[in-house]
Amino acid sequence: MQNEQTLIETDALIIGAGPVGLFAVFELGLLDIKAHLIDILPKIGGQCAELYPEKPIYDIPGFPIISGQELVDNLLKQIEPFHPTFHLGEMVTQLSAEGEGEARRFRVKTDNDRHFLAKCVLIAAGGGSFLPKKPPIPNIDSYEDKSVFYAVRQREAFRGHDVLIVGGGDSALDWAINLQPIAQSVTLMHRRDEFRAAPHSVAKMRELVAEGAMKLVFGQVTGLEGSDGQLQSVQCKALDQSTFTLPCDRLLPFFGLTMKLGPIAEWGLNLHENLIPVDTEKFETSVPGIFAIGDINTYPGKLKLILSGFHEAALAAQKAHRYIYPEKRLLFQYTTSSTNLQKKLGVAG
Amino acid sequence: MVEVNFIDHAGEQNKVSAKVGMTLMEVAVQNRVPGIDAECGGACACATCHVYVDPQWQEKVGPAERMEEDMLDFAFDVRPNSRLSCQIKITEALDGLVVTTPERQS
Repeated sequence: MQNEQTLIETDALIIGAGPVGLFAVFELGLLDIKAHLIDILPKIGGQCAELYPEKPIYDIPGFPIISGQELVDNLLKQIEPFHPTFHLGEMVTQLSAEGEGEARRFRVKTDNDRHFLAKCVLIAAGGGSFLPKKPPIPNIDSYEDKSVFYAVRQREAFRGHDVLIVGGGDSALDWAINLQPIAQSVTLMHRRDEFRAAPHSVAKMRELVAEGAMKLVFGQVTGLEGSDGQLQSVQCKALDQSTFTLPCDRLLPFFGLTMKLGPIAEWGLNLHENLIPVDTEKFETSVPGIFAIGDINTYPGKLKLILSGFHEAALAAQKAHRYIYPEKRLLFQYTTSSTNLQKKLGVAG
Repeated sequence: MVEVNFIDHAGEQNKVSAKVGMTLMEVAVQNRVPGIDAECGGACACATCHVYVDPQWQEKVGPAERMEEDMLDFAFDVRPNSRLSCQIKITEALDGLVVTTPERQS
């Protein structure tokens, strides 16, 4: 993907577009602080959207029952007046501070080579980064990015190869169907003859299998064979626990996502058991100007609740205001009565 | 109260008491049983509370439902006696239940 080489300058940079990151846009926006958000997922909403979009949540104040996706949709509507900019499907790899006092800035870089310069950073990364689940196959690390891939970045890279795709969801079936025309051969492996993928993909896959254009086998991969990261075949276990070998030189395992702390550990912040300690007045980390809100932070009495994250966002925004507008006195105002705030929300009479 | 035995992949036993009505995952987390990650907190959304039900207990525990089977696709080394512990409700009939935790959850 080609990125504009320009540096994106922003008041606040929010890492994580889950419910807490979204509500931070609102609290910052009321204080005239513009925000950009970055999330590793290709969609907005964090765990609410990825793990439980349809599951009801019962402890959001004012909502006896609301689904994860509804909450995300409502938050998006709530922050609309502040026009946040989203950068999705990108992981923040580097975060460093430079300058002092009013000239203090945070330089942020993503794995998509996008660069930011922010006056403050709010880490709202929840359980960390959603990363592909790696199957516990011995030595799989030495094949990764050479002949084993957890995502298809360039379809052409699979041309002429014997590709084994493992999984039964949309990623597995979509790529099996997509790579079939250009690959030497495509084999789809799944642990059962039932697929979670969209029905039309399943139908298309079965059609290709019936035509002999694609192979479908049932089982699980247990071992890899090859040398220098170049795969030659995989050992497999069938449903009846018998074993067999399958020749292939590309393996694509699609086992969904898992949460890992990821690069956050390398940003020079104090950490405690993979969480970021903060104070309970400003929710600031050990580095002034970098805040941590929501599930990613820790402090005495911390509860990993969405509502706690909302409160933390509001207080962090107050301190952020002091960094961004050091000369301005902050007046505490209510959205119910302040014409000034209502103008910002676009609801002033 | 009933007793549940979590055996890890190395054979280490971990007998804990469980309240009827809780899920097996909750019992594991409450007793800090190693080998159960339960990343999603019981929403049947992550497959990191995977256990193997002892063959002698399979019938009493019963099979996985459709949503759980779908989620088991994300688990590793899935066997015919694989279940997600967040979907197993503790009942009096499960007193003495034996399950094994896999080598890795993710």
